[in-house]
Amino acid sequence: MTRYNDFVIKFANVNGSGSASANGMFAKALFRMGIPVGTRNIFPSNIQGLPTWFEVRVNERGYLGRREGVDIMVAMNAETYEEDVASIVPDGYLVYDSSKPLARELRRMDIHEVPLPISTLLLSEFSDPKQRALFKNIVYVGALSALLNIDFDVLTGMISAQYKGKDALIKPNIHALEIGRNYALEYVKCPLPIQVKRCDAVGDKIMIDGNTAAALGCIYGGATVCAWYPITPSTSVAEAFERYANRLRIDKATGRKKFAIMQAEDELAAIGMVIGAAWNGARAFTATSGPGISLMSEFLGLAYFAEIPAVVFDIQRAGPSTGMPTRTQQSDLISATYASHGDTKHVLLIPSDPKECFQFAADALDLADRLQTPVIVLSDLELGMNDMMCEPLEWDDARRYDRGKVYHADDLDRIEKFGRYVDVDDDGIGYRTYPGTHPSKGSFFTRGTSRDAYARYTEDPEIYTENMDRLTKKWHTAATLVPAPRIVQGVQPRPFGIIYYGTSESPMDEALDLLADDGIHVDRMRIRAVPFSDEVYEFIATHELSFIVEQNRDAQMRTLLVNEGDVDPAKLVPVRYYGGLSISADTIYEQVRNHFVANKLARISEVQR
Amino acid sequence: MTFVAKPAAHHPRLPRNELGLTRRDYEGSVSTLCAGCGHDSVSAAIVQACAELAIPPHRFAKVSGIGCSSKTPTYFLGKSHGFNSVHGRMPSVTTGANLANRELYCIGISGDGDSASIGMGQFAHIVRRRIDMLYIVDNNGTYGLTKGQFSATNDKGSTSKKGAPNLYEPIDLAGIALQLGATFVGRSFSGDKHQLVPLIKAGLLHRGFAFIDVISPCVAFNNHAGSTKSYEYVRGHRGDVVAADFVPKHHEITADYAPGTREDVMMPDGSLLRLRKLADDYDPHDRVDALAYLQRKQREGEVVTGLLYLDADATDCHKILNTVDAPLNSLAEADLCPGNAALASINGTFR
Repeated sequence: MTRYNDFVIKFANVNGSGSASANGMFAKALFRMGIPVGTRNIFPSNIQGLPTWFEVRVNERGYLGRREGVDIMVAMNAETYEEDVASIVPDGYLVYDSSKPLARELRRMDIHEVPLPISTLLLSEFSDPKQRALFKNIVYVGALSALLNIDFDVLTGMISAQYKGKDALIKPNIHALEIGRNYALEYVKCPLPIQVKRCDAVGDKIMIDGNTAAALGCIYGGATVCAWYPITPSTSVAEAFERYANRLRIDKATGRKKFAIMQAEDELAAIGMVIGAAWNGARAFTATSGPGISLMSEFLGLAYFAEIPAVVFDIQRAGPSTGMPTRTQQSDLISATYASHGDTKHVLLIPSDPKECFQFAADALDLADRLQTPVIVLSDLELGMNDMMCEPLEWDDARRYDRGKVYHADDLDRIEKFGRYVDVDDDGIGYRTYPGTHPSKGSFFTRGTSRDAYARYTEDPEIYTENMDRLTKKWHTAATLVPAPRIVQGVQPRPFGIIYYGTSESPMDEALDLLADDGIHVDRMRIRAVPFSDEVYEFIATHELSFIVEQNRDAQMRTLLVNEGDVDPAKLVPVRYYGGLSISADTIYEQVRNHFVANKLARISEVQR
Repeated sequence: MTFVAKPAAHHPRLPRNELGLTRRDYEGSVSTLCAGCGHDSVSAAIVQACAELAIPPHRFAKVSGIGCSSKTPTYFLGKSHGFNSVHGRMPSVTTGANLANRELYCIGISGDGDSASIGMGQFAHIVRRRIDMLYIVDNNGTYGLTKGQFSATNDKGSTSKKGAPNLYEPIDLAGIALQLGATFVGRSFSGDKHQLVPLIKAGLLHRGFAFIDVISPCVAFNNHAGSTKSYEYVRGHRGDVVAADFVPKHHEITADYAPGTREDVMMPDGSLLRLRKLADDYDPHDRVDALAYLQRKQREGEVVTGLLYLDADATDCHKILNTVDAPLNSLAEADLCPGNAALASINGTFR
């Protein structure tokens, strides 16, 4: 029986061999045929030589989370043959370079072999060994076009577009595609029973990585200062910002730049520059990952206490310490929320797809100004560095930047006495002034030491306590301004809920469908920010029990909910995955189902019966 | 420290600058440092320099780190915003402040603990980046606020108040600034206002990064016999290389000097900096020789002061970054947001 548009294909390559662009082209071709794809780069902390994988989930229903088991393995790295062959599901396919025979011990009787003599084919066609090495990847893409029934015109069109202006490269690339395709057509029964078919499940969606989308959000959100220090997986945020700023933020008359980017000497300096710029009235951001949050902690405490806006993108990777720097996790939740000593806490925005990375970047710049405090956008490697399908990015041209409460010279002339930390509006947020605003009014001293409402140094216990309590009030104000959770409930309230955040969104539809097939129906809530709004606590209160899905070992979101909201821990059952790959639907399904079985919980189907 | 508040009234005959302001308009609140602290003299020199330059007193951004020195921005330029940040990180905060608004005069105040130890990295990198600012180190060779530990600028063999010698090599921040490409480097002494005030003026007007290492004795912990950062020691071991006199714009130049001993340098605002050579063998425009001279004299136990190096044609970080003239913090939606139509075409590149 033929299976259309529903499989996992995985490419095993050697890092630095040029496979990334070929594999990307493969995924993009399916996307252009209207077929939903989810892509994942599984790469080592290395520049050249170590194994790397590229996984594509193809699914017409839009299940794009990671799925266990590989249907088609394109094994191009002899070093990892053994594990690659082992990961193929029974009845799956192994595509490999048969120029050298496959070792007998690697052969499996329960899978299909598709041998392609790639190196041999190239030997007679290209004399340059470097070219031969690069074209290996193109040859297997060509072969896959026949094996999986991919529109060949889509692929050749992509080659022509990619090398526009470098026409000399178009012909050999297309030729390499043809070599693979023609061989497959001649020697293999094409297409395979697993194949693709043009469909209309993509609409006007785009395929973009979260870091690029976040960088665009910073451009649109009006950031003018970017200070950063290179660290995987956040580097591409700053690099994409620079790329787009050089196109979109150049003064036409003079050719000069309406932005400043500083690659700092370390993360401490990066956040210091952001804080200095924001103090002086510019919108500023930095991008980092977990180790950077650790290093920035002192400064984050200063910005919290001195009440200075700052936007930080934390593209999480697997910790602790250097951990697995090229693998994904959601394990900075607690360290980001409570970064720094003393009673410090920070606002988090947690996007789950690139469009939200774009929106939350711009929102973070607004919120940081409005709340006069650091706002940390908590993304992760899975979202930041992989091309992901999402709705097109949108900007409302009527939107104005919310620069928060700022007194300008005319405001200062109007008011009698300026006090930087006076809670004028009873929301915990005072009015600030930018340096240099007024000749005689509105200047104040910013400091990390305690001070009174007029920014004068004090160690008075009552004034200190009042100030700390005002910061708590501001925290409650923040809860009303941050993005609300996304909640989907049944018509009839269900006794069980599932709570999740960030990239656990990708496998969630599929996981819930799997559970529904077992008679387990749950309401769902995706948390999108810290502090938690009332809806978050209501959801928990109105459900007997909620599963809380996290990509960390210690169930950090659960801890935050218990800590911040005094939620009964017994009402929150952790579902955890922290192996460094993105969480799969199967993982969620199994852990939830096992809890039902082990605790003899009644399933909806049984209750209704 | 004094507990007497500054009187609101002031002497009617205090001189007024071009803006009609007196020195009092450039002061801050009363110092809480020890009586006789060198840092207060530095603050007073800053007040005098800024008043004489007639820069509007709210157009400065004062940034500091942590320590006695870093408390001082409260004590000068009370009409300007100040930022007492975290230990050793004044340079990064000032960098951000300067990127946000290139029109403000940035004054960074740091100490020897703040710059030569915890903040050594940030010090080195702000020199490299040529941030347009005046960076002053109140250098007393000791950690005053924690009661007298040696700092990294203390000379080897210099003793603590209790008599224990410092066992480690000193860090010479002026030498490091020279090596890393600073375009204005001076060293002075808090006890010599006549030398310090013109240097501060020149440093403020210099385009790019200006660094002044000010030996500023700590009367509480490092002013005893055996210390090489005491008033007495510095007075007895100073060697002035180049005196810098500041000649305001439109000021008639009358003084006459022997040929070859003086040089007038035009500052970006049209004023002149008149350099007088006090050491025959010293050239303040030769970075390599200046560095060698500094090291040789240090070996001989001499504290070299004056304007150590000047590149009058220097540029700053905004020039390097090629940013627009308007302060970045003044740009709004029309300048910053490309709009939805541009976004629609960007979307097209991701299909």
